[in-house]
Amino acid sequence: MSSSAPSVASASVNSRRMTELFLLIFAWGLSVAAYANAGYGVTNEWPPGLVGYAVTLGAYSLVAHLAVRQFARYADPIVLPAVMLLQGLGLALIYRLDLDDKSPSERSFGPLAPRGDSGIQLIWAAIGILLFVAVLVVIRDHRLLQRYTYTAGAAGLILLAIPALLPAQYSQVNGARIWVRFSGFSIQPGEFAKLLLIVFFAGYLVVKRDVLALASRRVLGIDLPRGRDLGPIVLAWLASLAVLIAERDLGSSLLFFGVFVVLLYVATERTSWLFFGFIMFVSGAYFAYQNFGHVHRRVEIWLHPFKPEYVTDASYQLVQGLFGFSTGGILGTGLGQGRPNIVPYANTDFILATGGEELGLTGLMAIIVLYGVIVHRGLRAALAARDSFGKLLAAGLAVILALQVFVVVGGVTRLIPLTGLTTPFLSYGGSSLVANWALVALLLRVSDAARRPAPPPAPTTDAETLVVRP
Amino acid sequence: MNRPLRRVAAACGLLMVLLLLNLNFIQVIKADEYRDDPKNARVLLEQYDRERGAILVASDPIAFSRETGDKLKYLRIYADGKLYAFATGYYSHIYGRSGIERSEDSILSGNDDRLFVRRIVDLLTRESTQGGTVKLTLNAAAQEAAYKGLAGRRGAVVALEPATGRILAMVSTPSFDPNELADHSGTKVTNAWQRYTEDDQMPLLNRAFNQTYPPGSTFKLVTAAAALSSGRYTPAGAVPGPARLDLPLTNVDLPNYFNGTCSPNSQTTTIKRALEKSCNTTFGAIGMDLGDEVLRKQAEAFGFGERFEVPLPVVASIFPSDLNEPQTAQSAIGQFDVRATPLEMAMVVAGIANQGVVMKPYLVEEVRAPDLDVLSRTDPEELGRAIRPQVAADLTAIMISVVDNGTATNAQIDGIDVAGKTGTAQVGVGKNPHAWFVCFAPADDPKIAIAVVLENGGSERQIEVGGNLLAAPIARAVMEAILGR
Repeated sequence: MSSSAPSVASASVNSRRMTELFLLIFAWGLSVAAYANAGYGVTNEWPPGLVGYAVTLGAYSLVAHLAVRQFARYADPIVLPAVMLLQGLGLALIYRLDLDDKSPSERSFGPLAPRGDSGIQLIWAAIGILLFVAVLVVIRDHRLLQRYTYTAGAAGLILLAIPALLPAQYSQVNGARIWVRFSGFSIQPGEFAKLLLIVFFAGYLVVKRDVLALASRRVLGIDLPRGRDLGPIVLAWLASLAVLIAERDLGSSLLFFGVFVVLLYVATERTSWLFFGFIMFVSGAYFAYQNFGHVHRRVEIWLHPFKPEYVTDASYQLVQGLFGFSTGGILGTGLGQGRPNIVPYANTDFILATGGEELGLTGLMAIIVLYGVIVHRGLRAALAARDSFGKLLAAGLAVILALQVFVVVGGVTRLIPLTGLTTPFLSYGGSSLVANWALVALLLRVSDAARRPAPPPAPTTDAETLVVRP
Repeated sequence: MNRPLRRVAAACGLLMVLLLLNLNFIQVIKADEYRDDPKNARVLLEQYDRERGAILVASDPIAFSRETGDKLKYLRIYADGKLYAFATGYYSHIYGRSGIERSEDSILSGNDDRLFVRRIVDLLTRESTQGGTVKLTLNAAAQEAAYKGLAGRRGAVVALEPATGRILAMVSTPSFDPNELADHSGTKVTNAWQRYTEDDQMPLLNRAFNQTYPPGSTFKLVTAAAALSSGRYTPAGAVPGPARLDLPLTNVDLPNYFNGTCSPNSQTTTIKRALEKSCNTTFGAIGMDLGDEVLRKQAEAFGFGERFEVPLPVVASIFPSDLNEPQTAQSAIGQFDVRATPLEMAMVVAGIANQGVVMKPYLVEEVRAPDLDVLSRTDPEELGRAIRPQVAADLTAIMISVVDNGTATNAQIDGIDVAGKTGTAQVGVGKNPHAWFVCFAPADDPKIAIAVVLENGGSERQIEVGGNLLAAPIARAVMEAILGR
């Protein structure tokens, strides 16, 4: 694309940072409008802190934009606005739920921002964006991460294991042991483990892909790996089951294993790994269904949510969520006009039911498409990346986002059994939000490297090795 | 690595498409089903968000909504719960609705089509929509007299205005307190419900409309009406009146409740005397003579065999079919399988009082919009002519004498002619019979027709006394309430 144009001028045009800025302004406007609309819908008056809120959100967008402009100049211009829009819609929905749930004093307004959950979420968003900037500043080249493959793997596993090793009083909330709680403050280390493990998977597979891809036997038309090469996938499988058993975290368990299998497939180009992964997933799922009460219960609720003995108790959340979606219908009730707070955990696990009720099918389709755009852009970065590690890293980040969206949205809409996962960028909750901002930063980092015009005196040998496919 | 990446991208796209399809399924295809599901907590909150209209007796609200501070915005309150329980019904977020709360729900809730324009206006002006008001035909004084009379007993009273069919009183005891079932506390409501449903006195049963009893001797009015209408009998003509009536096909006799013949020292008597004394043998014989088909036609002309909606549903009263002779004789005196609701027996006397024309009973006087505009008023409607005016006049004369010098002396009111008939219905060995009393007054210009039934209110030994002793005074109190005595 850029090869025929004059080098310096074309570089600044093709960075497409102005596109990003315009899209960010659009996302900002929509977010502020949603927030104002939610406030007006519930209380019949404009939110008192509206101007302060608009300024705050504008500052967030600007900081993120300037950071990208400075440190990832050629990064994809669409990802950041899409994330900002999701973040803004999430804040509006959380604020809207605050208005119904919190007493007037709890929801009173600070000078610049609301209090209540939406105020806390606004602070988490600031932390998330600071981490986003920090990642862009510190990690100037994603290949740096490859050096820390095993460190990342070990750190990821430790983070993942901490809640299971802590006494339940510090780690268990509503059955799942995925928290670290101290003095009124709680984080989910698993959200950060997610990123570290993807770095590990990518780094590990770059090294091992040849072995895993080539050594195989053909049986019944399928390339079967050698027994000893099965080690990594079996380990990943066991680790996932361990997460499921020790932390009762069905969602994360599924995510880790799913991402690992997909990356294994991408790295080796062997379909047989998908086949193996599928078999192991099914057997693991069946084993869990048979042996763990909480998994069995989830499946039962999924299959028979309207059973009278479930409907007021075990499946109440799911069923009231479904009713919320249906009440919203195609166009939704309008922000502030529905009753989304009927659904327990409406601002975390079930925030999508809130969106579904008040924004309707139209709003939800837009939200799903936003996720689709981010995933798509992530995978494009993976395709365009010039190094294998970058490809696997971007693919892993994009796929884990896609899987998480599928698992959580599919769960609350009863496409698949419900697992407790947050909806990226929308749900109330700091760990998930901050970790996902870091994920976006890494994605933009790879994207920047992929789209950056090759330096004019490009060493030809380098380029060739990158083009040749293994 | 790009080929698998493209496939992964396609797979991710597929996942998103699955999500979108499923959302369409829930939010479009299943939308109506889920939205209106009674388990949808939103349906309930929506319902309680509107100020439900009041139910009135005269101009006093007996059921109305009061704003509360809790999640369900309006609480339903019943001013005199137990007194009007079966008319208002209950309005419960757990057990649904009954009575007028159910039958007139669309008006009370404001969902009625006739309120459509007002709803649109409310929507545009952001006013909260209110429900309409339902005014009942009940008369507070009559209702209170009936409820007081039934205190401590199981039974029912129905009072009708003969010329129109308006239901002036409708009481069933024991009653329940609809406030307990309308409470917003789930535990309170379920506890009350459990207590009521497990009570063997069945306080949730509306005995006036939904329970049928053997009408006993009060049914002799229908048999007498059939006889006089046939043209083969006159009030004073000779009819059989033995001490015991031999029933064909069986080896049992039908005795009078008292020992002896209807008229002293005679095997014959008159219809007038037979009604005054409530002779079983006479009406058994007349029944066999007329045949079960004629009796059934007469009963159906008074409303037997028909279900009414007043608008509360009323079960059908029954005159059995395919009877042999002894069964016909038993049925002619209101035994065997003849069963009537208290409302039906009130309709029989109201028909006699209204010169033979039976009016359709109704409980709702008028329906009003929230701004008190009358949306509709119930017009009296004829069910049909049951008997000729002359037969009605003959029966009236006889019934006056039943009260004046027959079995129903306790219904007498100074200066007013009361026409009545007692009844005692056998309900099996070892159980006290049901005591009945039906009447209307004033006989020359009937304002009220009443049926009273007391479950197991008679006495095994003093057969035919229960009606006069226990039921007639209740009817008298209700008549006095209406006639201002």
